[in-house]
Amino acid sequence: MKSAFLLSLSAAALAASGALADEIRVLNWQGYGTDIDWAVKAFEEATGHTVVHEYFNSEQEMLTKMRTNPGAYDVVLVNAIYNPQATAEGLLSPIDPAGLENFVGIPAEFAGSAMLNEGGALHGVPWTWGVTSFAVNTQAFDTVPDTLEVLWDPAHEGRVSVRDDAVEAMQIGALATGQDINDIRDLEAVRAKLEALLPQLRTFWGSENDWNQFMAAGEFDVSTYWSGSAARSAAMGLPVEFVVPKEGAIGWLDSLAVPASSEHKEAALQFIDWMIDPEFYVGWDAEGAPASANGEAAAALDESAFNRRVLGDPEVAARVQFQAPIDDGTRREYLEIWQALKAVQ
Amino acid sequence: MADLETPAERRRLFTLLSPAYLWLTVAVFLPLSAMLFFSFLTDMPQDAPDWGVTLGNYAEFLTNPTYATLLRKSLTLAFTVTGFCILIGYPCALVLAKSIKGRSREALFLMVILPFWSNSLVRIFSWAIVLRGNGVLERAVNWLLPFDVRLNLMFTTDAVVIGLVHSYLPYVILTSYLALQAVDDDLIDAARSMGASKLTILRRILLPLSLPGLLAGAVLVFVPVVGSFMEPRILGGRMGTYYGTVIEDQFVAVYNWPLGAALSFILLAVVIAILAAASPVLKRAQT
Repeated sequence: MKSAFLLSLSAAALAASGALADEIRVLNWQGYGTDIDWAVKAFEEATGHTVVHEYFNSEQEMLTKMRTNPGAYDVVLVNAIYNPQATAEGLLSPIDPAGLENFVGIPAEFAGSAMLNEGGALHGVPWTWGVTSFAVNTQAFDTVPDTLEVLWDPAHEGRVSVRDDAVEAMQIGALATGQDINDIRDLEAVRAKLEALLPQLRTFWGSENDWNQFMAAGEFDVSTYWSGSAARSAAMGLPVEFVVPKEGAIGWLDSLAVPASSEHKEAALQFIDWMIDPEFYVGWDAEGAPASANGEAAAALDESAFNRRVLGDPEVAARVQFQAPIDDGTRREYLEIWQALKAVQ
Repeated sequence: MADLETPAERRRLFTLLSPAYLWLTVAVFLPLSAMLFFSFLTDMPQDAPDWGVTLGNYAEFLTNPTYATLLRKSLTLAFTVTGFCILIGYPCALVLAKSIKGRSREALFLMVILPFWSNSLVRIFSWAIVLRGNGVLERAVNWLLPFDVRLNLMFTTDAVVIGLVHSYLPYVILTSYLALQAVDDDLIDAARSMGASKLTILRRILLPLSLPGLLAGAVLVFVPVVGSFMEPRILGGRMGTYYGTVIEDQFVAVYNWPLGAALSFILLAVVIAILAAASPVLKRAQT
């Protein structure tokens, strides 16, 4: 891995005095990009820093670990929904993008995300993103539809599926009724829309594995799905095509952040810079990666790659509505509506 | 109990019973009382420092009609499943206890309890494979019959009933079998010698004498089916929302443990009320 970037990184590391051999500790989901062997090795060779990983199993656990172990982590994966809370609690350190060589490739809608810029300063580097929308069985369609209304199409009655999740269902309903997913004003319209959707359903799906089995058995024509999972299902040979319809889709964004208590901030930023490097991303995408938040990284992919063809299109990205934090009260209200609809089936 | 008056005997009784009571306290009483406590809270103490005591979770059941609808749906399901279990299980037990003797009885008995040895989730998923469109059942029927048949059983209430009946049938067979086996064959011979028909023997001798076993089996089926959530969720598809699935949602989807606990205790109260209403029948069966 002798690239221009890594060489320049090593040169920078050599020039910096006294920061030669830091051990940086990364807190992330297991198997989620930062702990790929070849990438870590290349980084360690280029900079002299060593990388140690620790894992969490839920976002709550990630926050708890940062709160209770100050100084233990240097790079933490924080979903954008949790950035405002973590920043407000003083857990995250502000990041100066000028120190990141690859930051220029990140488009303004990610870099300027209100969730990452709590208090006016950047507290997390946009890293990966994905969308919840729907996928179709290409054998059931002559042309791939471009509208969410296909879920309500009587021609596919009994061949439709959604995930049994109140928040996701309500947000799909909000998109279909032309509303903001983070501020659903007309709940009655969403309720009525979902009421009309339920008779269309074959069943609910729960996990990616579930979805693949139902699709392979030919139970679904069209079903809500996640972009990253759709890329994997297609790679497995299932006849599926992921659609970001004209009504929009639900987006999520993961960021890499530096805890305020980190003692190796310089080295942490070098690692983050490598993580948003197009060269790293091309290698990761070959092993199955979510979409990169760095536009240059997406552009570096092969033209047929899912993350470039579907999500790399700026017009598609512009249609995505990014999920904001949801408070418990709203969550309960959504669940009540969803349960009431399911109860009368 | 009048013969247990001496202190030594009382002490021995206490020592012998204490493991059982200890077990009941640790395994049943403590978890249940913790849940009862949670059901009166506004929030879980570890999540919200400003938690308080409330009756709101119980009031929620009364104000939101969804829960009553689902409870009715779950009770209907439980009565249906129990009914089918009795209709299928009692004749099976009768044949096992009175018509088949020796080796073949043991073999058949093994076949009855064999499903019990597999994980219930595995059983339900096997039913999913059998029932689904173009699944094992549909192919078999189409192979036997000349015309095309579309059963479309998967993701219907029927599928839930089939899966649950299969899961709980062994309870009815086992309890009825034990009760029927205890009926003295001489009684049946005597009745037959006096000219009683087979139906009369069943109605006047076998059924009354084995009723305690049959009812015990019915209760064993009814209680878990009212609160079932896994089988409806997998086999019922969009029809599979029941009272149990809503309680599960409160615990795993929205982390509203207090409401989940309150809904569980309402279910417990309803089940106890039903059993209490049925108790005159149960008592008569025992005498």
